[in-house]
Formats: sequence, structure tokens, C-alpha cells
Amino acid sequence: MTALPLTPALPRTRRERLRWTLADGWTIARSNLVHWTRNPAAVLNALLYPIVMVLLFGYVFGSAMNVAGGGDYREFLMPGMYAQSMTMGVMTTMIIIATGSARGVTDRFRSMPISQAAVVLGRSFADMVNSVLELAVLLACGLVVGWGWHRGAGAALAAVGLLLLLRFALIWVGIYVGLALTPESASAAWMPLLPITMLADTFVSPALMPGWMRVIAEWNPLSATVAACRELFGNPGWGGDSWAAQHALWLAIGWPALITLVFLPLSARRYRRLNR
Amino acid sequence: MTSFAVVAEGLRKRYGDADALDGFDLTVPEGTVYGLLGPNGAGKTTAVRILTTLLRPDEGRAVVAGFDVVTQPDRVRHAIGLAGQQPTVDEILTGRENLEMWGRLRHLGAAAARRRAGELLERFGLAEAAGKRVRHYSGGMRRRLDLAAAFVLAPRVLFLDEPTTGLDPRNRNEVWQTVRGLAEAGSTVLMTTQYLFEADRLAHRIAVVDAGRVIAEDTPERLKSAVGGDHVDLVLRHAADLAEAARVLAGAAGAEPVADHDTRRLTVPVRDRIGALTRIMRELQERGVEVEDVTLRRPTLDEVFLSITGANSTNGTNGVTAVTGEGTAA
Repeated sequence: MTALPLTPALPRTRRERLRWTLADGWTIARSNLVHWTRNPAAVLNALLYPIVMVLLFGYVFGSAMNVAGGGDYREFLMPGMYAQSMTMGVMTTMIIIATGSARGVTDRFRSMPISQAAVVLGRSFADMVNSVLELAVLLACGLVVGWGWHRGAGAALAAVGLLLLLRFALIWVGIYVGLALTPESASAAWMPLLPITMLADTFVSPALMPGWMRVIAEWNPLSATVAACRELFGNPGWGGDSWAAQHALWLAIGWPALITLVFLPLSARRYRRLNR
Repeated sequence: MTSFAVVAEGLRKRYGDADALDGFDLTVPEGTVYGLLGPNGAGKTTAVRILTTLLRPDEGRAVVAGFDVVTQPDRVRHAIGLAGQQPTVDEILTGRENLEMWGRLRHLGAAAARRRAGELLERFGLAEAAGKRVRHYSGGMRRRLDLAAAFVLAPRVLFLDEPTTGLDPRNRNEVWQTVRGLAEAGSTVLMTTQYLFEADRLAHRIAVVDAGRVIAEDTPERLKSAVGGDHVDLVLRHAADLAEAARVLAGAAGAEPVADHDTRRLTVPVRDRIGALTRIMRELQERGVEVEDVTLRRPTLDEVFLSITGANSTNGTNGVTAVTGEGTAA
């Protein structure tokens, strides 16, 4: 056997291992981000879609809408648009995870001495960067159509934080579901997803919905984030006297925390079980 | 240091009701190119997935590069490279960026990863395409880039799962050359293939896999001679000549030819390739038997299976039916 040219030693200490994990996570995140810069059409598409939705809902449907407590519909609408776009972001995670499994990329990672945490870390970092960009475009778009924040920059930032928290929690759902799906079925996931984002206080007040639907809409995690954002931005809300509507702010933290608590271990388990 | 790169004992893996592996044993000496030969569904890929720590065996144990695949997976992963059935290269990145990424994931550090990427691009004949995005690469170039990615750390054991499936002959030749080069550089190579001629060209030893176990293991030479070496295929102009031609073939080859009336075809294994062919053609001409077509070819996987399973009837004919219809022309 000839001498092999390069063999960095495996990490021995916990600190070395952490350093490897962070370095690997960054490497994977960076290559994911490069994809964006190389694919302007996809970026434009991803950014244009929410703008079209704002115009569609803000002006086409919006002209027929009345906000329950009075106030401008587009002011009411925008926090819903933000949260919907964060929720639909789970599609990105799901498709990339499903494609990686189908194309053997996941297996190649698993055949290398890389901690799986690094792979997930890189994935979630890249997804969060994408989401921040998307949200920034949407916020700018909101400002153009007459939306604004009225309770100071601190509260507005807190609202942005809640939106990103929801997106972060959904990364784990995306990984868990994406590992079990083919790329084709992952791409079809918008079908069940879209109604879920609308069966909430995103576009209309749940008070206008039939009884059973109203309960679902009120307790939809999305509703909590949307209601909390309306409150923090100082936009008109629909009020609502249910417990869920009264405690939106806490639920906007509680729901994502619960989702993460459930789906993070589940997706870690599914990763480990790929060797079965 | 052991002299075996891979040792597998009694590996078993079930999927539902079916045994993907059923008592799989394998011993691969260090520094060799080793071929796992078998039809689709024989268990080759399952074996490779267990040996590369991607799958956990239900039973049995396996040691790769001196480490147990179940209890020391990280050490195994550190010592191996894997190129799966499909290239896992990133199409949006350039060839160089791909290799730099894999280099960094192998913890070479940025500068060393860059240097190593340059070396590998040169060595795998991709230097000119280094700056091009992989989506513009040919199938052969992608495979070679994928092999290069598996070779970033010059692994002690390199696993190649059907490295040439789906490639045209030119690209296949490129990949073969690359694999030979890797072996010369000191790696042990374990490759799977459905093609006898591929295993024959590359491997020092071959294990024939069928229904989840190794049913024969030897050098390509001895495996082929077990089948009777190369074959002469003869197509006659007139079916009436078949009996007479068969006598000529039997005399020249020392074996009974197989005749097919409908296609007017005769097939016989020959040991002395050119000598036998020359004698056959001369005698047929002397007797005025008109020949429409003649080929000298290597035995197909079907024939290898027939001869092995024929000698060892407990293994049934599953493998044979599975491989018929897979055009394995040399």
C-alpha cells in the first residue's frame, strides 16, 4: 500500500467535533446559497410570486373586502401575506431534501465522516437566508401598497422575529416530510399547503366562517403569528374573543416552539433510520 | 495491518418478505480491483450499502479497512470513498467548485482543498472543463468528476456501484481507464457490475452474486474457463447445413455446439480462440457450407450463470431468468 497523500485525523475532543460540524454546516450552506446566485430566473420567480399575490389579494379581492373593525384592508392583509409566504417556504426545504435523497446526495454525505447535524445546519441556515430575503422584498412591497408599522421599530422587529420563528419551526417539518417523499410528490405539496394557509385569519376574519371552520382557523398556528404581527405592527386586526385570539402573542411563540420540539427529534430519528 | 480490505461474514438483510442478502460472505485482498458480478436485484447494491455504513445488516458482520461497519462507522467512513449508481455531483457548481466543496467537507482546509481539486481535475482529465458548470458536462465527464469526488482523500477502499451504467462505449472506456489509475495509486477498489466483460477488463478477482449470496469466486480467467472460454457464434445461409457444420464445430472446439434452427445459429465455446476459428472456417469452406455471419465473443453473464448454477443446482434458475434479455454483448 502506497502512502496516502492526505488524511486529516478524525476529531477526538468535543470541541474539535463542534468545530467540524460548524465548518461543514457553513460549507454546505454556502454551496446552497451559490445555487441562488447562479439561478436568477428562480430567484426572480420566488420573489415575484408574493408580489403578484399582494396585487391580487390587495386590489382584486381587496376591493370587495371590509375589515371587521374598520381600517384599510391592505394594512390588514399584509401580515397575512408575510406569514403565508413563510409557511409556503417549507416547500423549498421539502423539495431540496427530497431531491437530495433521490439523487444520492444524502447517501454520499452519509458515507462521509460528516455529522448529520452539519448537513441539517447548513440546510436550515441557507433556508433562513432565503426567507429573510423573501421577507425583505415583501415588506418593501407592503410599504409600496400603503402598509406600514405604527408602534415603533422595536415592535416591528419583534414581529419580523415571530415570522422567521415560524419559518424556522417549519424547516423541521420540511425535513421530516421531505425525507419520506419523492421530489415529484414534494413539488405537489403546495396543494394541501395552500388551503391550510388560507384556513386562518390570513385573508379574512375567522368570524365570517362557519362554526367548525372557524375553530380550525382560530387555532391554526398561522393565525397566531398573523394576529401577533398585526398587533406588533399596529395594523387593524379582527379582534376575536376566543382564547386563541386573545393570547395570539403567546401562541405565536408557543406553536413554533411546539412544532420544533416535535419535529426536530422526529426528523433526526428519520435521518438515523435511513440505515434500516 | 490486515491484508484484507474488506471482510464480510454471513451478512443478511431482509426487506419485508424478501431477503436482499442471505448469508453474504466476501473477502477482498488489499490493493486489488474486485468485481461483484450479478444481475439486477442480486443484492450487489445492498452489499455495497452495508459495507459503506449506509445500511445496517440484520445479521452478520463486516470489517472494512480494519474497522467494523456497525460499531465504528465513522472510522470506516474516514477510510472509504463511494461513487453510487448515479453521479451526485452538483450541476449548478463548476467542476472545480464541486471538488473544492468535497475537499472542505473532508477537512483539508481551504488552501489544500483548492490544491487537491486542481490535482484531481488534472488527473481525471477534467482540467479544461474545470471552470464550466457541471450541467454542461457529458455523462462520462460527470462520472469522472464523481469518481474524483470519492477520491479526494485517496481512500483506502473505493466502492463503485455500477460505475459505467448508462454510459456510451467511449465514456465507458474513459471511466475504465480512470478506475485502473485509481487502483495503481494504491486503493483497493470494490466495484459492482452486471457485465462480465467489464469485470473481466478491470478486476483481479470476481465474486458472482445471485439471490443475495456469493455463488462463485475466482479470477476472471478461471471463471471464464469454467464456462469454456470465449464462444464462436456462427450463422449459416442454409438450415440444411446445420448438422454438418455442428460436426465441424465439435471437432474443432472439442465441445458440443448449441444449435438454433430458426436463426440457423451455432454456438460453441473455444479455448484456442484464433486457432479454432481458423480451423472452423477452413473446414466449412472445404465442405461448401455457406456462412452468413461469424463472431468470436466472450461468454455472457447468462452463460456464466448457466454454467455455475448448472453445476450447483441448489441455487435454482432465478438468476438465469433474471439476466436473459439483458444485452451483454462484448
